[in-house]
Amino acid sequence: MAKETERLERPTAWHETLDRGASLEGTAVLLRELVAHLRENRTQLREEWARRITEAKLLTAMSKDEIFAEATAVYDQYVEALETGTFEALQAYARSLSERIIPRGVETHEVVGIVLLLRDVLARSLFAKYQADFTKLDRILDAYEPAANRIANTVAVGFVQERERVIRQQQEAIRELSTPVLQVRERLLILPIIGVIDPQRARQLTEQLLRGIRTNRAKVVVIDITGVAAMDATVANHLVQTVEASRLLGATVIVTGLSPEIAQTLVTIGVDLGKMNTVGDLQGGIEQAERLLGYKVVPIGAAS
Amino acid sequence: MEVPVLKQGPFLIATVQAALTDEDLVHLRRAMVERVVIARSLGVIIDVTAMDIMDSFASRTLREVAQMIRLRGAETVIVGIQPEVAFAMVQLGITLEGVVTALDLEEGLNYLKQKFNSSA
Repeated sequence: MAKETERLERPTAWHETLDRGASLEGTAVLLRELVAHLRENRTQLREEWARRITEAKLLTAMSKDEIFAEATAVYDQYVEALETGTFEALQAYARSLSERIIPRGVETHEVVGIVLLLRDVLARSLFAKYQADFTKLDRILDAYEPAANRIANTVAVGFVQERERVIRQQQEAIRELSTPVLQVRERLLILPIIGVIDPQRARQLTEQLLRGIRTNRAKVVVIDITGVAAMDATVANHLVQTVEASRLLGATVIVTGLSPEIAQTLVTIGVDLGKMNTVGDLQGGIEQAERLLGYKVVPIGAAS
Repeated sequence: MEVPVLKQGPFLIATVQAALTDEDLVHLRRAMVERVVIARSLGVIIDVTAMDIMDSFASRTLREVAQMIRLRGAETVIVGIQPEVAFAMVQLGITLEGVVTALDLEEGLNYLKQKFNSSA
């Protein structure tokens, strides 16, 4: 077992370290024989594999033809990786395959499952071919298995990496979307906050708001937290700090839409409410901001 | 590094050009408090746009300047605190309480003009 892991961890050319009892040429010859066998029975093994995939109810998000097309491509890459002992091409293919199938909802267990199925199908065909010659079968498997494990590993890791990349990208997108600083009138900004605020998001919000105050030369800011269900003490303190920092830049902050729970939190942690200018809802907040800025909104008919 | 103080109508404007040592700050405090009565000013603006650090001594001194100037019969506005500086200050618990702040020199002047026009 230890020997096998060691082989798996070697970057390339595992042929050379294989089976120290046999000569190097021996292993290379065996692999060539193996590859030739897989090429010869390409159609049959591939079909067998596709059938087993369907049978195992894997890749249900894809049609039969698609599965077959992908199976063909993977099979060829697989054989090639066995032949050359390099995994770059397979890695690149695994990445592009993952890119295509992740949006369709293919799960990690399915990808690992199909690669292991292929390993299984090929191993069985080797058993069938060499069942008469037990010593040879043993040596063939010695050559085949580390390589097959390495291939399965490469594909699975490629898939998971691609998935993680997608997740990171989405997190980034959510983070950017989540904190718009909007100008509703000359010198009046609103900052609607929706969802959960963690310390990291709170810091980002503050940075964006302070920068927004500077670039828009804002005098009044309305922070609306109607969409925030709960707030812990850290974030509440951060909110108070944001209000104070905005004041240092010469802007007045009005906080609107505090839920009963958040009000409770603020009172419990003993926030100095004298510093917080709060109004019940966003409309009231904007009206007060307009008053502060000297605007007066009247219906068209009522204007004198 | 001495801080230049300009007279602009009924107001005095002190523009901080670079980071100040504690000594500079003490000097600034004395100079402002003396000049505000000599110049018969109604308001004082201290522009700190160039300051990228505001430690507790600096902010305490600025607050004292504002309070002393009030006792000498004029109003003080601190302008141009940078966003990063502002947030660093509140994290240190420095909030310049009771001192009027404004975004920049223009805003500070507007504030003072409005205040003295409406009361005059």
